[in-house]
Amino acid sequence: MSFINYSSREINCKIVYYGPGLCGKTTNLQFIYKKTNPEQKGKLISLATETERTLFFDFLPLALGDIRGFKVRFHLYTVPGQVFYAASRKLILKGVDGVIFVADSQIERMEANIESLDDLKINLAEQGYNLEKLPYAVQYNKRDLPNVAPLEELNKLLNADNVAWFEGVAPTGVGVFETLKSVAKQVLLELKKHY
Amino acid sequence: MAGSDLVMYEDEFQKIDEELQKLHQQANATVVFLVDKNGQLIASAGDTHDIDTTSLASLTAGNIAATGGIARLLGEKEFTILFHEGEKDNIHISLIGQRVILVVIFDQRSSLGLVRLRVKKTSESLTKLFDDITSKAEKEKLEGKTAESPFAEISDEDIDNLFK
Repeated sequence: MSFINYSSREINCKIVYYGPGLCGKTTNLQFIYKKTNPEQKGKLISLATETERTLFFDFLPLALGDIRGFKVRFHLYTVPGQVFYAASRKLILKGVDGVIFVADSQIERMEANIESLDDLKINLAEQGYNLEKLPYAVQYNKRDLPNVAPLEELNKLLNADNVAWFEGVAPTGVGVFETLKSVAKQVLLELKKHY
Repeated sequence: MAGSDLVMYEDEFQKIDEELQKLHQQANATVVFLVDKNGQLIASAGDTHDIDTTSLASLTAGNIAATGGIARLLGEKEFTILFHEGEKDNIHISLIGQRVILVVIFDQRSSLGLVRLRVKKTSESLTKLFDDITSKAEKEKLEGKTAESPFAEISDEDIDNLFK
């Protein structure tokens, strides 16, 4: 649900990073925070536990620039990935404009990936959204690790609809901006369709 | 898609701004904010200089969402008012018309009683304003009328430029 303010000439959109625990959602946001100019970003807010696991959400407001005189702002959120934070995940999906699913490429995390993707679809459906109709991209993260599943297999298991997908190594930024850009573009094109 | 986008034009924004200014004055508040339930800041009144308004908006919405989750677990529809008391500053958060969140920050120069009283008045006016905005948007959609849209002409190049 975007917020278009003709008075201050601003467009605000919400993008949510989803995925299983420890897949690198927060790391994606941290890299974006590190690499953007101070005037483009707000504070990176992390509501995390003492062990740096996301408890409720991370939040990063990002002002990308102007389109036709309108300031374009994206609000990036992550959900807590751990299974037992299901209630919190649902809340964060409220009013979402685009979703990025961050998958953990390691073979032993495949079940967690599938479970998280199912959870995403169920939670979206509960709020009246359909993942197939939402701006959406997949990031196969942790490609630098030795025990990763081949891309064909990941696509078969996690990307049945063949949406845009990217290889990622979030701590060094591989694929981070590419993934964000893909979904941001879809979100803006979606706005174009409606207005 | 669930729900619809919130589109706000100049005159509506002005009316909302007036209401907030009035509340800010009458409640003797430090700052007054209006936040969308999804965490987007809509408008503010008072001295916002030292406050990170974007973060405050997002966290307030998170707060309301979490409290709403608790309410549903208990079989309540929603808790419409939250109040946090600090050593110097206090914050009064209320949900208006299921859609927007009104945040009032105040110190010892005001009181909870006064804030509650004034917030109630403002809530009524804002509820009506947002009803008008919603019905106007629906009417325009029905008539297929759209104001000069910044998106109609948007090109791939425009979007690519954002990421340079």
